[in-house]
Amino acid sequence: MSEVRIAGGGLTRFGRFPDRTGRDLFAEAGLAALDEAGVDPGEIEHLYFGNFMGELAEHQGHMGPQMAEAVGVRAPATRYESACASSGVAVREAVRTVRTGEADVVLVGGAERMTNMGTAGATEGLSIAADDLYEIRAGMTFPAAYALMARAYFEEFGGSAEDLAHVAVKNHEHALPNEHAQFRSSITVEEALDAPRIADPLGLYDSCPITDGASAAVLVSDDYAERAGLDAPVAVTGTGQGGDNLALQDREYFARSPATADAAEEAYADAGIGPGDVDVAEVHDCFTIAEVLAIEALGFYDPGEGIGAARRGETTRHGDLPVNLSGGLKAKGHPVGATGVAQVVSLARLLSGTHPRASDASGARVGLAHNAGGTVASATVHVLEVVA
Amino acid sequence: MSGDERDQGTTGGSDRGRGGRNDGFDDLLDAIEAGEGYYLRCPNDHGSLPPRRVCPHCGARDLDEHPLPESGTVATHTVVRVPTPQFADDAPYATAVVDFGTVRLTGVVDADPEAVETGMTVGATVGESRTSGERLVRFVPR
Ligand SMILES: [Zn+2]
Repeated sequence: MSEVRIAGGGLTRFGRFPDRTGRDLFAEAGLAALDEAGVDPGEIEHLYFGNFMGELAEHQGHMGPQMAEAVGVRAPATRYESACASSGVAVREAVRTVRTGEADVVLVGGAERMTNMGTAGATEGLSIAADDLYEIRAGMTFPAAYALMARAYFEEFGGSAEDLAHVAVKNHEHALPNEHAQFRSSITVEEALDAPRIADPLGLYDSCPITDGASAAVLVSDDYAERAGLDAPVAVTGTGQGGDNLALQDREYFARSPATADAAEEAYADAGIGPGDVDVAEVHDCFTIAEVLAIEALGFYDPGEGIGAARRGETTRHGDLPVNLSGGLKAKGHPVGATGVAQVVSLARLLSGTHPRASDASGARVGLAHNAGGTVASATVHVLEVVA
Repeated sequence: MSGDERDQGTTGGSDRGRGGRNDGFDDLLDAIEAGEGYYLRCPNDHGSLPPRRVCPHCGARDLDEHPLPESGTVATHTVVRVPTPQFADDAPYATAVVDFGTVRLTGVVDADPEAVETGMTVGATVGESRTSGERLVRFVPR
């Protein structure tokens, strides 16, 4: 089995670019990844591309070949859709293909155009990650779904909107030096608590923004990296994916994420590590409560203990386990289909010392990326390690 | 589906703008509206909602219809203040997941959204979105 190395990564700036097409966003990220890797597009044997709602945002389906063309790749190209976990799933497929030896060089990425839809349009677009008949028609939105989970968490374990505000404050502070981030401004707990409510108990600052952006990474086998003389010190050593019932109402618990736990268990076993070995993590914080649910399901905290992690400073850049040093979805932004690969690219940069927050992860050897779809009916976990 | 079948197949239903009736779902809404709501139950006593051929909890395939209890309790709830376009004129409104014992339903609570609480007793009815006119599950405090 080949070891899978990350040879290069590329990110657009994340933000509000309503006039930019998905194909142009991905071209920027994809070409940056190819250039950083020093790999010619002709070498790419497959493109794995994540996108959630191209049909709604751009009236565009069949985006695989379109995106390959945009970066000068002539190779089989497949689009993956798993809501907000679309490109996490694409990473997993890319990793498995390189491991089996089916391909030595692949491009993985994602893109999402969202702000051209407006707030109401994007809210509607995001809602289709839920069950149309039994959730969306009952007025559920994406923030509302996480609000239902947050309320259930508070009632099962305790915690408050103030605890969640600390997660937002942390992630905003982490994003300050990140030139790719949508928000590079500090906020205070008071500002977060005073912000308008979107879906009680969640307010504006508990929610990731609506974002345009793209991400890409070149994954290669260790043999190829050596043959081509590539500088690729970080490997993907573990991959896992979990699933759950689509609708919240059909879950046993509202305030736990078994799909994340299953993905983590598989990825930890694959990498031969445990949660205690992880030095730094990028987790799916589409809402502040999502970060709490993630760090519990990933095994960093027991159920009910994750809510205070940011407030206690444990997951800040000065803490024992920095979480979302790139700013997370909350401050970096969440161009849905681009997020999973963006997390992997950010983590590889943190581990290899090229990320603007790398000094807060100095000495880190093991990183974890967690990407989730919908109310975590889909989840992927990837373990990255410094191997060279 | 041919054009002819489509012409004959869709009359009314809950889904203006979304292309036709949804068997199972609209049948359930019709039944709840008539005061005869039901849910599907597997031999292991797991509840689910139609249309389904397989229990989402254990995979059993012999699902029977059972009467939906008169009332259930709010398991979790939120006040939606930023809605989708289909609910633009409805906001703010309370959306809740209600526990009816072996099955749960999601819907909009017919009450002051601020007054909705976990544990509150409600019954299921069918209402309409004020914005789109689309039918939906509504919960009435009991
Ligand atoms: Zn069952």
